[in-house]
Amino acid sequence: MSGLKKSLLVSIWFMFLTFPIMVVKVDIIEKTVQWRWKNLILVGLGSFFLSFLWRYLLEKKEKGAKKKEMGQAEMGLIQKIFTVPRYSRPIYLLFLIFILVFPFIFSTYQTNIMISALIYVLLGLGLNIVVGLAGLLDLGYVAFYAVGAYSYALLNYHYGLGFWTVLPIGGFLAAIFGILLGFPVLRLRGDYLAIVTLGFGEIIRLVLENWDEFSFGPSGIANIPRPGLFGIELDVQTATTYIYYLMVIMALITIFVVNRLQNSRLGRAWLALREDEIACQAMGIDKIKTKLTAFALGATWAGFGGVIFAAKTTFINPASFTFLESAIILSIVVLGGMGSIVGVVLAALIMILLPEYLRAFSEYRMLIFGASMVLMMVFRPQGLIANVRRKYLYNAVQSRKTGESR
Amino acid sequence: MQPILDVQRMTMDFGGLRAVDSVDLQVHPDEIVALIGPNGAGKTTFFNCITGIYVPTAGDIYVLTRNKEKKRINGYKPNKVTELGMARTFQNIRLFPNMTVLENVMIGRHPRTRSWILGAIFRPKSTRQEEQEIIDYSYHLLQKVGLEKYVNELAMNLPYGAQRRLEIARAMATEPVLLLLDEPAAGMNPQETAELKELIQQIRDEEKIAILLIEHDMKLVMNISDVVYVMEYGRLLARGTPEEIKENPQVIKAYLGEDHDA
Amino acid sequence: MDYFLELFFGGLTKGSIYALIALGYTMVYGIIELINFAHGEIYMIGAFTALIVAGVLSFLGFNTVSILILATLIAVVYSSAYGYTVEKIAYKPLRNAPRLSPLISAIGMSIFLQNYVLLAQTSDFLPFPNLIPEFEFMEPYYHIMGSSELVIILTTAVVMVLLTLLIKFTRIGKAMRATAQNKKMAMLVGVNVDRVISMTFVIGSALAAIGGVLIASYVGQINFYIGFIAGIKAFTAAVLGGIGSIPGAVLGALVLGWTESFATGYVSSDYEDVFAFCLLVLILIFRPAGILGRATTQKV
Repeated sequence: MSGLKKSLLVSIWFMFLTFPIMVVKVDIIEKTVQWRWKNLILVGLGSFFLSFLWRYLLEKKEKGAKKKEMGQAEMGLIQKIFTVPRYSRPIYLLFLIFILVFPFIFSTYQTNIMISALIYVLLGLGLNIVVGLAGLLDLGYVAFYAVGAYSYALLNYHYGLGFWTVLPIGGFLAAIFGILLGFPVLRLRGDYLAIVTLGFGEIIRLVLENWDEFSFGPSGIANIPRPGLFGIELDVQTATTYIYYLMVIMALITIFVVNRLQNSRLGRAWLALREDEIACQAMGIDKIKTKLTAFALGATWAGFGGVIFAAKTTFINPASFTFLESAIILSIVVLGGMGSIVGVVLAALIMILLPEYLRAFSEYRMLIFGASMVLMMVFRPQGLIANVRRKYLYNAVQSRKTGESR
Repeated sequence: MQPILDVQRMTMDFGGLRAVDSVDLQVHPDEIVALIGPNGAGKTTFFNCITGIYVPTAGDIYVLTRNKEKKRINGYKPNKVTELGMARTFQNIRLFPNMTVLENVMIGRHPRTRSWILGAIFRPKSTRQEEQEIIDYSYHLLQKVGLEKYVNELAMNLPYGAQRRLEIARAMATEPVLLLLDEPAAGMNPQETAELKELIQQIRDEEKIAILLIEHDMKLVMNISDVVYVMEYGRLLARGTPEEIKENPQVIKAYLGEDHDA
Repeated sequence: MDYFLELFFGGLTKGSIYALIALGYTMVYGIIELINFAHGEIYMIGAFTALIVAGVLSFLGFNTVSILILATLIAVVYSSAYGYTVEKIAYKPLRNAPRLSPLISAIGMSIFLQNYVLLAQTSDFLPFPNLIPEFEFMEPYYHIMGSSELVIILTTAVVMVLLTLLIKFTRIGKAMRATAQNKKMAMLVGVNVDRVISMTFVIGSALAAIGGVLIASYVGQINFYIGFIAGIKAFTAAVLGGIGSIPGAVLGALVLGWTESFATGYVSSDYEDVFAFCLLVLILIFRPAGILGRATTQKV
């Protein structure tokens, strides 16, 4: 069958498929029907052309897979720019300078948006430990974020504890929750873990919504203090700048930590667990302990993020912790490239900043998130920027005997 | 001398099916022991029981650990068993396909190294030393099994025989006292099998690691084993030196018409 | 006692709906070991299609019974078409990918479909006409069970019987069972595995659409988000009964329906969804194979 005919069929199929939802709109109360024929034409033309693109990309992917098998895969342009030190170093440096002077160039409003983006960088990198490094699909990541945010809000409300005291406590509590949930669940198959974490996330949110005595219900908690600076009262603008730099430092620390974890004995064990659990156990790796570590570490970072979020917005309620948030964070990790630090940072910035600055985009934001998750998995499972694995330098001296260290 | 592995009347049931029926088996230090038998005789199940993948229904498994302690290991997790000093390979190769050859062996160093979260993050001197030692040790093992030229290749790109060798190197990285090989020569050509034979003997002679292997290649088994155990229908049919086994009428009967490998 | 019976039949009704959706999860999982996250959205699209069709037909002056039948039929056709298309786009290219990939793709598909309906239709709750007629003979029992509940329970029962017959006795049913047992073997003996997988999605989606129409006309309103919660609950039901097992899905769905009904009736209605999630977490922790499922040992 020729490509033209195929695309024509696809086009007809999609026009049929989307007909009731895209074209017809009934108003039960007014008893009127709105026929939007324009949409039908759009769908028809769109799917006609997209089906060409789809087939082209699939073919290209298959060719790429063959090339990879023969060991001659080449690097894409973006991949090159961000991973080859000669190109990437100046870019990182420029980017860092831009980030550092940002609050002086832009307004408080812009700075606030940037803080949100940085919080997502933090969350993305935290979830990256769980999903990207350890290969555990956590769909309730937002629950740990909520634990962090509510621990600051509540500990401050009841006991007057300050931001700096609660930051470690929030992280710690989130880790405890992670361990409590993870311990029984990590024995299960990967896809069950996804569902249990999803369920857990919803439980936490529903409890926060309904348990008024504890969490003040849907109305949430207001007047959460911003972080203090040696007891000095800061005005809103300075406080924003202060939180901004705090976030930059947190993000840098996180990047450092995730990078270190990745290139360690622990990181290797995670990688191996993703590849073959049985072989891993036969190599003496404690499956539960290793997975639990990843789960708890990821939760800790969500806890930190939550505390900072509460301090930044000064108001939290359960509506900030829906499944949607988890989905956004997950798509950041997926789009960026599972396990890739640069990719996740880039994806977090793109996905949070783009909808802020392109209003037209913001309406279709979730639609595009969803579609790009599917497309990424189909065409580019390694993400925007694939994780480049470190090469180990070995000592080729032959004199060492393995028997020595026994 | 005390046996390294002492299995006494071990039985394994799956529902109503008795896969292993009251089997006794001993491996002594510096011994190469072979476990043979027709397909479905329960050999791999036996392996899976002693390495902790299954928990045997009855019987005892004792191991003389690395610090010369006699331990009953029924119900121990596979990783614990490896820690105590038994390492294994798999019948259908289970490497980490998307990791490099060196990394595969480095994973094997896991039970003999310590660093964890804090070590990873702060990377103190002890961790750095440990890392370097893991790398050197692993590289040295690759040289031993003759795979150093593949060191940075992905494991999945290796030729079949090399993959089998890599699995052995990875198991050796855990510094076992007993190495369990599940059909190491399966799918190998005569040249590769000959090399494998040398490697196994070398491991026993130079590294002082005892070896228990399941194998269908009779020539290999008869050539290198000190003791041979024969299983059929989950039961132990015979045990003895290769010569005794060759003469054993029961074994001949069990193998008649099936012995196309030899 | 009446209160108890009311809750009992309420739970049975809910359970029936869950069962219709849960079957889609369990059948797909049985064949390709994928949690089809987008399944809840297929059900939601079924309900929306029925609403649109019912709206148009009622303005044209059709009577209730013909509307009910036509709306259900068209909803079934469309849901099946969506299920089929989703499989072709989001899962088929990933047949040989690592396990996590199709799962993420499924989540993406679910988010996409939700927002597709949200943008093309509305984010508001839409009133759904009650298409199920009131039977006179049910009047004395209204305090324990309404007509729509009776219809839902009976429809589900009939659908279950038909499905069982389909799987037991037809060619495609046999092919499905063979594929579920061993995909490679099935392929070797000449089963067209791609077609079997497509058919599984089509059948599962059709059942979900029936569930969608029934629940929408029972509850009386729908929006783009109904598929998410219903999807998770139906999945819970499938896991509860033992995923991959068809009678298990039905049993699990009924248990879940009753749990929710009695827990909200006797304990508190604020936490309706929490009960379901807790049940899910507990069952996965203590009996991951489900009520009727058998524990699988991994081959080494």
